[in-house]
Amino acid sequence: MTRLRQQILILHLAVSSLEGRTVAWAFFDGTLAADQPQMQSGDTEKPPYESVLAAMRDGWMVIQLPTLPVYVPGHEHESGHLPYEYVLERKVDLDSL
Amino acid sequence: MIAYKTEIEKPKIEAGVDKKYLLTAKQMATFVTNGFLMVENLVPDELNQAINRDQRELNIPGYRFWTETDNIRAAFDLPQVKGIIQGLVGLNPVYDHSFLHVVKAKHLKAQNWHADSIIDLRPLAFDIQAFYFSHDTPREMGPTLILPGSHLRKANTESIGRYKNIVGQRQLEAKAGTIVFMHHGIWHCAQPNYTDQTRYVFKLRLQPGQVQHGLFNMDGYKDPEVVQIIDKGYQEWQGNEARIEHNMRARLWRYVTGDDSVDVSFERSLTRMGV
Repeated sequence: MTRLRQQILILHLAVSSLEGRTVAWAFFDGTLAADQPQMQSGDTEKPPYESVLAAMRDGWMVIQLPTLPVYVPGHEHESGHLPYEYVLERKVDLDSL
Repeated sequence: MIAYKTEIEKPKIEAGVDKKYLLTAKQMATFVTNGFLMVENLVPDELNQAINRDQRELNIPGYRFWTETDNIRAAFDLPQVKGIIQGLVGLNPVYDHSFLHVVKAKHLKAQNWHADSIIDLRPLAFDIQAFYFSHDTPREMGPTLILPGSHLRKANTESIGRYKNIVGQRQLEAKAGTIVFMHHGIWHCAQPNYTDQTRYVFKLRLQPGQVQHGLFNMDGYKDPEVVQIIDKGYQEWQGNEARIEHNMRARLWRYVTGDDSVDVSFERSLTRMGV
């Protein structure tokens, strides 16, 4: 069985540009065992990277760019989920940890 | 003051609190902007201690705490508490549900971000959820985490569950006797309790008993110090959507004031667009 594991970093930016400021972040770490704690709500105050571009410079691979918001007539002044959600990936060899 | 769906308690219709206890225009503007209003020293120490004893010693299931103990209802019958509730949901709010939320000592798992219940179809009307803290609840004890300004963003229950940390998230560290009044739509989650003491938070959800127009003390609602609460209520996490958020709270302000001519929108754009 392969010893490669996936780490997923989700960065939400203030605008759609990859240089935009990070306003929310989440990390799901496939290298951790089931009994090891993952990132959970409220456990950090500062984002790991100031932007997606900064994370790319540190070796993260972008695997999802969000589609831009669609403004439905009559509902332009409504909001919901954080719209500029980027998903980044890093593959880690367990033998290198 | 609070009406019930069951026969356990009959509704008591009253004339309302003395104006000095009524929610002020500044407090309403803060609620409209942030989606919550935190009021300290609302419940006196003696009553806090009595409720705390009930929580720790009576072993009543959380959903029956409201109906089976007198002290908690006495807290919500205080004029300074009723005045805030009256300002938000009117004279005869409808009891929706209540629950005594407990996080045991050393419970280190946080809840996922969520909005309570189900996505709400009302465009402007709102329920409130009062979170009452009977004991000091410092950050390490796991007070509720909320996202200020998120109450008007549509999220369906745990559709936001993969979010973990958001700029501006706020731990509701509270002193005993504090009640936080929240808009039903605010994003929130329970937090880990790193202490060796059980954490209790009592939640009471109330629906409006009438249209929510002008229920609060409207004195000064057009004053600059009130308007600027809404004008300057931007949150960093709102990013590019912040102006849309501004206009959404401007519409909510029209609703709660009952004044369709008042315009506190971004660049007063509601007036410019004739809407």
